[in-house]
Amino acid sequence: MDVDIVCAGFGPAMGGFLTTLSKELVDADGQPKLESGVMPGLPLQVLCYERADDVGFGVSGVVSRARGIRDSFPDLDPSDIPMAHEVTEERMLYLLDPVGIRNRSWNLKAADRTVRALKFMLDYDRDAVALPFIPGFLKKEPGLVFSIGQFNQWVSSRLMESGMVQLWPGTPIHEPLIEDQQVVGVRLMDQGTDAKGEPEAGFMPGMDIRARLTVVGDGPVGSVGQALDRHFGLPEGHHQREWAVGMKMLVDLPEGCPLQPGTVFHTLGYPEPEIFGFLYVHPGGVASLGIFVPTWFDSPTRTAYRYMQHWMRHPYLWRYLEGGTLRSWGAKTLQESGRQGEPHLVGDGYARIGEGSGSTNVLTGSGVDEAWTTGVLLAEAVAALWREGKPMTRENLRATYVRRRRESWVEQEGRVAEHARNGFQRGFLRGLIGMAMAGWTGGQFYVPGRSRPPHARVKSLEDYYRGIIPEPRLAEIRSEAARSGSSLHDVVMKECGWPEIPYDGKLLISQQDALLVGGKVQAPAGYKDHVVFLYPQICERCENKVCIEMCSAQAITPGEDGGVPDFEREKCVHCGVCLWNCSQAGLDDPEHGAIRFESGAGGLHSAEN
Amino acid sequence: MSGGFHIVVCGSLVPDPLQTLEPVQGPNGPGLKNEGMLPSVLDPWAGHSLFEAANLAKQVPGSKVWLVSLGPKPKLQQLMMTVAQKVPFELVVVDGNAGGFTESMEVAAALAGAINAIQGLDPSRLLLFGGCASASRDAGATMQILGEMLGIDEMFLGVDELKVQADGGLHVLERIEGGKYLASVCAGPPAMLGWATGNLPEPPNNPQVGMLNMRGIMPALQRAQAVKVGAGTLQFDAVQVPTQRRETRVVKDVPVEEIAQEIVEWLKG
Repeated sequence: MDVDIVCAGFGPAMGGFLTTLSKELVDADGQPKLESGVMPGLPLQVLCYERADDVGFGVSGVVSRARGIRDSFPDLDPSDIPMAHEVTEERMLYLLDPVGIRNRSWNLKAADRTVRALKFMLDYDRDAVALPFIPGFLKKEPGLVFSIGQFNQWVSSRLMESGMVQLWPGTPIHEPLIEDQQVVGVRLMDQGTDAKGEPEAGFMPGMDIRARLTVVGDGPVGSVGQALDRHFGLPEGHHQREWAVGMKMLVDLPEGCPLQPGTVFHTLGYPEPEIFGFLYVHPGGVASLGIFVPTWFDSPTRTAYRYMQHWMRHPYLWRYLEGGTLRSWGAKTLQESGRQGEPHLVGDGYARIGEGSGSTNVLTGSGVDEAWTTGVLLAEAVAALWREGKPMTRENLRATYVRRRRESWVEQEGRVAEHARNGFQRGFLRGLIGMAMAGWTGGQFYVPGRSRPPHARVKSLEDYYRGIIPEPRLAEIRSEAARSGSSLHDVVMKECGWPEIPYDGKLLISQQDALLVGGKVQAPAGYKDHVVFLYPQICERCENKVCIEMCSAQAITPGEDGGVPDFEREKCVHCGVCLWNCSQAGLDDPEHGAIRFESGAGGLHSAEN
Repeated sequence: MSGGFHIVVCGSLVPDPLQTLEPVQGPNGPGLKNEGMLPSVLDPWAGHSLFEAANLAKQVPGSKVWLVSLGPKPKLQQLMMTVAQKVPFELVVVDGNAGGFTESMEVAAALAGAINAIQGLDPSRLLLFGGCASASRDAGATMQILGEMLGIDEMFLGVDELKVQADGGLHVLERIEGGKYLASVCAGPPAMLGWATGNLPEPPNNPQVGMLNMRGIMPALQRAQAVKVGAGTLQFDAVQVPTQRRETRVVKDVPVEEIAQEIVEWLKG
């Protein structure tokens, strides 16, 4: 099938692209301003395919300065978008350890003791201290808290009403079509196959959608973006080694909760120093809250779900959350290399926008507005090229889109942030100092740190817990986990002094219940499994199966005899953490691990996150 | 069948499976909390009937399929993004409440008005399709009432199979108790068929079908007539969903008997 522009993924970046482009397609009389090459006389034929079962599924609550979004919608009234609200109050909190866990580092224990000793001088409350000010580069006021899911649905609704573009969710793209180093469109996934991709009843091969321009906005773990990176490589000196998973909940706050809409908390220090947390209050007594678990948390038993529960149970937060009810839950991988991870932004026949294009600002912790703006910039460039009748070549896209991007605030602020987090390669405190240095000096100074591929960072269980859990006990734990087919982290955390989570059936529930009650996870039949263990021999000998520990949905579980893990597509939330949570180097590509995360159907069925 | 069938499928949206539904009392009667934010799907029974309709239309040349949907326009617009790639149809939108607390007579009247207004629809060739228990999140009687309003005498409920005989007659299998079917034959259209699940799998997404459908969908949404359907004279004394308690966990290599025993113990409390 031939169209003019085919788009991969519908997120904020694609929202910005399509919103801007759709305004350029016809004039006030409905006559084409940009005429289609495949349907002469009609405006450009623009199709956008989204992997998830609906637009807005599987993304999260956010706080953003929303500068680019407001530029696109000058009359934006937050009350038009469900769950959106102006930021009214922002707090940055250092959370002390209220539990007394054994593996907290000595410098954090010292910091906790110091804070407690000086608490009469500080804004101290319930094992937490509010920082006296928030650095300007982190501050989100004036900005918006909103649900990306609801925002995406709002944007998609306006796009549909315009009739200018077509959005097709539930349609995963298998790969880009590359001919003679030119991207000429995309191939959709085969339908009617078994888990290995073999044809079954109702087989329908993935259709080729050929287009003059392929716009890639499928996020940090999208299949099209990954395939382009594999084919064209990254620009010299760039890498995509820094990642994080954001695991989040939407909670109906208990009656009488004093938190007002627009309240924003940023937390650090607990449950582990590497794990940052957030809480945003939406209108109607609802809060988005959760944690980020980054690549530089070197634990071989890192997990997000259990840590999130401990974080929620921190006394400072629990007083607001106790009695609340889980409404939605989800997880998503974040590409945290920022500008250092920028791929080739354009090539013959394609352009990249959004998080997968390295637009996330890792200093300000902001990505949605940046992503939106990259989409706007591309649309302006494409409209200009089309008006002039110029082809979508690398040179033309460089002269228009890339030039606009280099001149934009996204780029300028991205450069300030480029090395801001390097210090975290050498520890939590040096990381914080590095961020502060970069933020206050416009990126001129920072704490250096050598980045390594994620698999090269992961320590062995014995090394990580040396001096905390005796090796014989670790061996017992391994055996127990292998026997029961469970992950290690629950037992290991218990050994370290983490308390049991007292399930209440409403907010504190098992991970599997979070899938059902919160994520409403579903997967249609007839598609190939999208998580592939590339080298069984590597999995056979792997002792640090971080893929199992870190899987947000417990979709990856120990395989038979501890060998190749099992994968259950029906549970997968498509967060993509398995892509960067393999502790082994791939045989063909040592930069990456031994797992491939491909395009797949299904996942979260909530647009409230 | 010379000239083919005119198949009108009545179907609208319902909350996506697994959503947490919490009834609330609003100013206009009962409803579901945050329903505007809950994802929706085409009512599965209506979905089956749509797929059956498309299959029949493909087999009988000259046939045409309309999908008549009563629901809030913005939600129907959203729904079409996931439905329109499945099978070819022409959409007719009735912009109104599909909240599940509407009175069947009012819904049927609104649908009948929309169907009667379809240009080119030949009542003598009409096959009225819908879910066996739903046309628009209603109490389950709507399809029969609608059939009566449209003057249709032949009505079938719980249909799993429709075959067109050589003489043009319709051979219909309806589900009855005990896992059995009631086989009936009628001379031909007009007829109303309230479908159970049918026998067809959900069709794959077809981009070409999507492009074709979408050309008519936006104009149909723009043409949508607003109707007021509500609870009529009905009073809802109380609305509630069953209470539930979940304690899901993953186990491996545990005998089925042991799992069953544990569930029994759990149920006993």
